[in-house]
Amino acid sequence: METRSLFIITTNMLDIFQYGFAIRGLEAGIIIGMIAPLIGMFLVLRRYSLIADTLAHVSLAGIAVGFLFQINPIVTAMVSTVLSSVVIERLRSSKKVYGESALAIFLSGSLALAVVLISLAHGFNVGLLNYLFGSIVTVKQMDLYIIGGLGAVVAGVLYLFYKELVYISFDEESAQVSGIPTRMINTLLIILSALTVSLSIPIVGVLLISALMVIPVVTALQFRRSFMKTIVIAELISIFSVVAGIFVSFYLNLSTGGTIVLISLVVFVVSLLLRRR
Amino acid sequence: MPVDHTKNIIEVEGVSFAYNEDLVLEKVNLNIHKGDYLGVIGPNGGGKTTLIKIMLGLLEPSAGSVRMFGQEIRDFKDRSKIGYVPQKVINFDVNFPATVYEVVAMGRYGKRGLFKSLGKDDKKIVNESLKQVEMYEFRDRIIGDLSGGQQQRVFIARALAGQPEVIFLDEPMAGVDVLAQDQFYQLLKRLNHELEITLVFISHDIEAVVNEVTEIAFVNRSLSYDDDPKNFVKGDLERLYGDKKFIHHHHEHA
Repeated sequence: METRSLFIITTNMLDIFQYGFAIRGLEAGIIIGMIAPLIGMFLVLRRYSLIADTLAHVSLAGIAVGFLFQINPIVTAMVSTVLSSVVIERLRSSKKVYGESALAIFLSGSLALAVVLISLAHGFNVGLLNYLFGSIVTVKQMDLYIIGGLGAVVAGVLYLFYKELVYISFDEESAQVSGIPTRMINTLLIILSALTVSLSIPIVGVLLISALMVIPVVTALQFRRSFMKTIVIAELISIFSVVAGIFVSFYLNLSTGGTIVLISLVVFVVSLLLRRR
Repeated sequence: MPVDHTKNIIEVEGVSFAYNEDLVLEKVNLNIHKGDYLGVIGPNGGGKTTLIKIMLGLLEPSAGSVRMFGQEIRDFKDRSKIGYVPQKVINFDVNFPATVYEVVAMGRYGKRGLFKSLGKDDKKIVNESLKQVEMYEFRDRIIGDLSGGQQQRVFIARALAGQPEVIFLDEPMAGVDVLAQDQFYQLLKRLNHELEITLVFISHDIEAVVNEVTEIAFVNRSLSYDDDPKNFVKGDLERLYGDKKFIHHHHEHA
């Protein structure tokens, strides 16, 4: 009796692999789950967490442009976030505008633009809703290639500049004194963040991206380990959350992005409780 | 110790600096020679840190010039000659996930250059630097878990790992208890004597500094210099501080 029900559960568990879109979603999810905390690590430690959120809102304007002109929304999102990220960094370093104010301007400004563009494109439709909150149904074969390619680029560049990024995150002034081109590295980091935000949109959605970049990292920080180990822990938490989130949302018919983020939050709360002991 | 006064490492010439309209430094001239152990002292807000940041090229002076090893500071490329120990207690995130070893390894990053990871030699130098400051046993500990004095020694090790000719230390005693301070002064003396590293030491702790350094520069907007700190007696201080009545206690660190 028990073995039989276990058998039914496992065969049901494997149902997900009968759907092409679900496999694509899972593959895309794992790539994003690997990349998001890598970037998130540096954003969190540099107190840049809000940049991810701002860029996500900017990407919404990009997606709206994509819908309006019938271009792949990931591509338009990527272009808009990368361009804005450079302008935001310029504004911040010029000190004409406070860093936070620059973020607020871009966050609300791009949301306003998105709403206007969406109304031009005859209002909301289901496709757009998927981009807002994420859904594995959104991922097309072409998207998977884009996500895989961009993910490889982001990971490769992070690998190349790893030691500079670590140094700047810890002590920007000393890094500058030691001859590290801090401005270039800062710009690079924010462009990589923009790329990561764009490629994460189909799975977790515009409104939930920053959670996937921030929560696994903040959770991993609770363990107080070396930089390398902290990244590994964040990776494990992130990939677990994404995979578990996709499975749970698939079988219970829930929002993918929301489920992933809620699972990562549960892990975070557990880590907090563990640390208190 | 014999100081080789023939070689100027750093030449500060007519440097002025203003924040908005406020003149912080006015026509400062200062030469630092190879092997010097220079104490830069002066009241808080007197411009010490600003002067150091200008020397390091972190700030652009409103007027004047800085030459490092004979080159204009903004053209100076051989950055590994400079070690820097910043005001740690204020800037340092105790939750940062880095081991002592990882922090000291940062001292090699500038020297190694872009796109290259640390090799065997780098790792050896990192370990030697840790032994130099007697922190090798702590290499796997998280930096934020150490005491103030231990953290400061790790930051010295990081500066040493770049194999510099000159190390700048900005208020290194802040947050360090008295016993650790004595050890720390001994360590600095050893670096200066045995490794012949030039030291530029910023402090508001005049009494302590006067007993340690070989030269002293007093910064309070303008600069007065003396190559024998023992001459820097109380009368001088009162004259320089004016009626500010700067009374100093050894244990006042927060």
